[in-house]
Amino acid sequence: MNIHLRLNLRAILGRAYPRVIGSLREPSWIFFEILLPVLAIAAYVFIYQALEAPPEFVGFVILGGAMTAFWLNVLWSMAAQLYWEKEIGNLQLYMMAPMSRMSLLGGMAVGGIFGSSIHASATVLIGVLLFKGPALVFPLMLIPIFLVTLIALYGMGMMFASLYLMWGREAWHMASLMEEPIYFVSGFYFPVKALGFWVALSASVIPITLGLDSMRQLLFPSVAAWGLFPVEIELGILVVLAIIFPIMARIALARMENLARRRGGLTLRWQ
Amino acid sequence: MAMIKRHWKTLKTAAWLGWQMESNWTQPFLFAVYSILKPIAATMILVLMYWVVINPGYGGQAENAIMFSFLYVGNAFYIFVGQMLFGIFRVIQGDREWYQTIRNVYIAPISYYVYVVARALTQLVIASIAVVITLLFGVFVLGVQISLAVTDIPLFLTILVIGLVGVSAMGVILGGISFLTAKHMHGMNESVAGIFYLFCGVLFPISMFPVWGQFISRAIPLTYWFEALRRVLAPETLQIPTSLTQIDTGLLMLILLSSTIVLVLVSYFVFKGADYLARRKGVIDMITSY
Repeated sequence: MNIHLRLNLRAILGRAYPRVIGSLREPSWIFFEILLPVLAIAAYVFIYQALEAPPEFVGFVILGGAMTAFWLNVLWSMAAQLYWEKEIGNLQLYMMAPMSRMSLLGGMAVGGIFGSSIHASATVLIGVLLFKGPALVFPLMLIPIFLVTLIALYGMGMMFASLYLMWGREAWHMASLMEEPIYFVSGFYFPVKALGFWVALSASVIPITLGLDSMRQLLFPSVAAWGLFPVEIELGILVVLAIIFPIMARIALARMENLARRRGGLTLRWQ
Repeated sequence: MAMIKRHWKTLKTAAWLGWQMESNWTQPFLFAVYSILKPIAATMILVLMYWVVINPGYGGQAENAIMFSFLYVGNAFYIFVGQMLFGIFRVIQGDREWYQTIRNVYIAPISYYVYVVARALTQLVIASIAVVITLLFGVFVLGVQISLAVTDIPLFLTILVIGLVGVSAMGVILGGISFLTAKHMHGMNESVAGIFYLFCGVLFPISMFPVWGQFISRAIPLTYWFEALRRVLAPETLQIPTSLTQIDTGLLMLILLSSTIVLVLVSYFVFKGADYLARRKGVIDMITSY
């Protein structure tokens, strides 16, 4: 095997390893990362029940609550990660290592998907057991939708990571800012079409918007008419996003790294 | 007198420091947008959830303006809880792990308790702006039914102040505990905030819970705060049976006041106790790195 390919595969595995092990080694994280979405889910389910909403809405909340695990992981453990690494002094080690920075980000994504999948599965399980939404169907189409959504989503996270590299404290605030506003525009807890076609279409640039919309249509066929586009079209758009974001991430990473080097801020901490 | 002067000076300086740390990372306009965007977005999620349920094209349920006012007012005032609980926790964790300045502040001849409370004032200011904007947006754009009579303003302010003191005390308790925890324990205060969000009748009446859930709700002082605030700001929400409806407003205030006094005392002793333990263990300025 080509030595560069082997090196980069090892870099991916090496960066994914601490995430996989770390997510299992720190029990408090597992507890909190499962508990927090369940608390939010419970609050939103009770609202829908207080408003006597149809049972599908309970399913929307459980699904949206579970997917927050991936979004939060992309924000805090992908987008903001290089910034954290800079703060704790690891970034210069990564920069010196004979590997592509994309492999580093790829490894973070693989490890992050593993950890977030555990949290999301637990959230769905607890949500279904506690709140008993409507009967679910699991069409095979759900698998490609879910996988392509994750590739596009983590591709976007990789792109953000390079932008965050340039920032100081703004990185923390930006990640924080992209929680509730994105839950809102991406329709985590209600059909995104309710925001109006153009707003929903604009929000579709965030892969989780169409991913959630497709999953809602597939899991709750009785309300499939509330989807923004037919599932096949949404899958097509997601595939395009899954190709574009990693390419943009590669370009942004090279530019930002170059810019950060020239400004001398690549390893500048405590800004 | 000298002690009061010293505390006042600490209060002013720490509040100013807190304001600078919170706001000087960007332009004032961007900071203002940042400060209100998050709570407004959180509110808009609820607005859309309500709208989708009553829209004939989706849920098709009958309009329930009183329930909407109930959840809107509760959510608006919850901004104080989320902001202050997390903010106070972040003072100690931030100074210790992030800026690594806790050792300098800690050995300064000031009360560290007063310093932490003063830093929380910054959060209070930011949260207040967000709450006011959220309420104005609700009344003028969304038609939320809020009717505060002039004669009720003193009662409203009294309730507000008592509740904010209670929220700050809870923040100080969590902050005290954070003396002893690693930096990755931020989930702890988020969980406490989440438990309050769920159990304090912020968004729905606590009567929806089973008996054990209502028991938890009634044990948290903030439940009475949200109920009292709604009685003053949106009296028509009394039509919703919350299981607290039968409690007279005077008694409600008494429960709120007494539980807040207890909370403040507990916060002082927890903070001092955790401070003592942290010094004994030598972890006041520990850096947990991950």
